[in-house]
Amino acid sequence: MKKADLSVQVGPLKFRNPVLLASGTVGYGSEMSEFIDLNLIGGIVTKSLSLKPRKGNPPQRIVETPAGMLNAIGLQNVGVEEFIKEKIPFLKKFDVPLICNIAASTYEEYVECTKILTQEDAITAFEINVSCPNVKEGGLQFGNDVKAVGKITAGVKAVTNKPVIMKLSPNVSYISLFAKVVKEEGGDAVSAINTLVGTAFNIITRKPKIYNVNGGLSGPAIKPIALAKVLEIRQSVDIPIIGIGGIMNWQDVIEFIIAGSSAIQLGTVNFIDPAAATTIIKGLEDFCMKQGIEKISELTGSFII
Amino acid sequence: MFIIKALVEKVIELKNHIFILKIFSPEIASIINPGEFLNVKVSDSNYPLLRRPFSICDAEGDFIFLMFNIFGEGTKILAHKHKGDLIDILGPLGKGFNLLGDFDTAILVAGGLGVAPFPYFIRKIGKSKEIHSFIGGKTDKDIITYGMKNITISTDDGSLGIRGNVVELLEQNVENLKSKRIKIFGCGPNAMLRELRELSIKHNLNCEVSTECAMACGFGICQGCPIESVNHPDKYLLVCKDGPVFNMRDIVI
Ligand SMILES: Cc1cc2nc3c(=O)[nH]c(=O)nc-3n(C[C@H](O)[C@H](O)[C@H](O)COP(=O)(O)OP(=O)(O)OC[C@H]3O[C@@H](n4cnc5c(N)ncnc54)[C@H](O)[C@@H]3O)c2cc1C
Ligand SMILES: Cc1cc2nc3c(=O)[nH]c(=O)nc-3n(C[C@H](O)[C@H](O)[C@H](O)COP(=O)(O)O)c2cc1C
Ligand code: FES
Repeated sequence: MKKADLSVQVGPLKFRNPVLLASGTVGYGSEMSEFIDLNLIGGIVTKSLSLKPRKGNPPQRIVETPAGMLNAIGLQNVGVEEFIKEKIPFLKKFDVPLICNIAASTYEEYVECTKILTQEDAITAFEINVSCPNVKEGGLQFGNDVKAVGKITAGVKAVTNKPVIMKLSPNVSYISLFAKVVKEEGGDAVSAINTLVGTAFNIITRKPKIYNVNGGLSGPAIKPIALAKVLEIRQSVDIPIIGIGGIMNWQDVIEFIIAGSSAIQLGTVNFIDPAAATTIIKGLEDFCMKQGIEKISELTGSFII
Repeated sequence: MFIIKALVEKVIELKNHIFILKIFSPEIASIINPGEFLNVKVSDSNYPLLRRPFSICDAEGDFIFLMFNIFGEGTKILAHKHKGDLIDILGPLGKGFNLLGDFDTAILVAGGLGVAPFPYFIRKIGKSKEIHSFIGGKTDKDIITYGMKNITISTDDGSLGIRGNVVELLEQNVENLKSKRIKIFGCGPNAMLRELRELSIKHNLNCEVSTECAMACGFGICQGCPIESVNHPDKYLLVCKDGPVFNMRDIVI
């Protein structure tokens, strides 16, 4: 029997399969390459970069919650310069689309980062993180403000020819309003969702378990929310969607695709099983074969409601 | 690094909810070093979701040994493992103790379950160096001597050994030990490590410690496990990758 075609198109972007690795859950690729062949996955989204290195939040940064985890890393990253010098040369060795995620504190910083990084041939596309809940300035405020998201989309698009994916926050009432403005301002796709704001307390000390007080909730606990957000966008805006949130196995991937995603990203699962991407890709192949699905992209938005 | 579904050989309760888990894993047993750790998925379900880090306690032949106490849900599940169960382990991880170097006597300082990494340390160092173990706990129930050598004990309530904490115990003995070329290796709660830092500075002693931190991945991709660096105050070190064992000079605890 012929192998199923797992390749997908996300706006102008082509991926060999729909399984991408999410920002902040793959570092800059080197650790993951010990567990999986990066040449076989759909794409890698690197840890959010800011113009200058960021130290990030003090510990404790992580706490487990039912079927999920809170994190408040605070966008610790090496900064644009070291990324270009130290991280890109390694990532270049692989035949895998490299999506560079940017998180900034000001509009100007988003534009400046993109301007510098767009010179790098190794970078296939940008994912703009306007939705990180863990930094005090910028971040979430941008993600909550339709106008700001529109302005950042337009500003970034103006300085690069590479595709721009806007990563949306779920901590809003109507995520589709944000997807709409991204489309209007020329964004090529949206990814949804980033983490949800959450907190946890130690009942003896009565202090928050996380230094930053709030963290971002990820993992299986958020999957139903993420699916609902993907569906909402799909039903109201004609823009390609990369689905993210709590994906643990190939069945979850199919669910996200049916709800309207053209591709997906694996996040928290990489911490538990760094080889998950490989297993999931194999599972998708088998599923398509068994179901007689020739092209997995046929499934995108195929829900019956 | 391996991800392995390994067979449980047995679980032994040493005392008072403190256990040894013996696992068949020739791959890991043959390459792991003292002070390195494993990240263990205790169940196949999403509860608990994340792996749990444990120091390598010992390795012999094809087997590895972990020492743990019942702390929360994950360790409760571990305590109920049986011979023949499969357990998902990721490792070896991190940087362990530096057993080489300019010393002829290793001073092991353990607070409570801080003894966990030392049986393998003692096995590996063999007869090449002298060992003195200082072990402290709240009461005699917390004192574990499994795999330890040349032991002196302290308890907070005086129920076993001298009354006081383990760093005070070491302080009382340090002048005698200083006649040898000594290096201190510590593992235990942060409060103990802080006192150990003071002592090592005061007596100008070389000191390595095994640290702990909440972790998500254990291999450097989540940035969840920062520890303050002395040499680069603008950058955190990662407990899982740069540690968990650090030279006391290099970190702020
Ligand atoms: C490098 C390293 C080596 C370790 N070696 C041993 C060992 O040999 N024996 C042993 O008994 N224990 C060891 N621990 C501690 C052990 O990982 C915890 O006891 C275990 O995670 C408890 O899990 P639980 O599900 O029973 O507890 P729960 O309370 O249900 O869950 C523990 C959760 O707390 C988080 N957490 C918060 N603070 C810490 C912290 N300071 N250290 C660890 N986890 C934290 C964990 O990430 C985990 O998600 C080690 C920890 C580290 C980091
Ligand atoms: C520890 C951690 C760090 C993250 N860091 C980033 C980041 O730097 N930039 C970003 O856009 N998203 C970041 N995320 C969010 C993930 O990319 C993803 O959107 C989210 O975790 C939901 O997916 P999941 O449930 O599969 O993990 C991070 C998530 C986690 C758990
Ligand atoms: S635990 Fe993930 S980086 Fe250390």
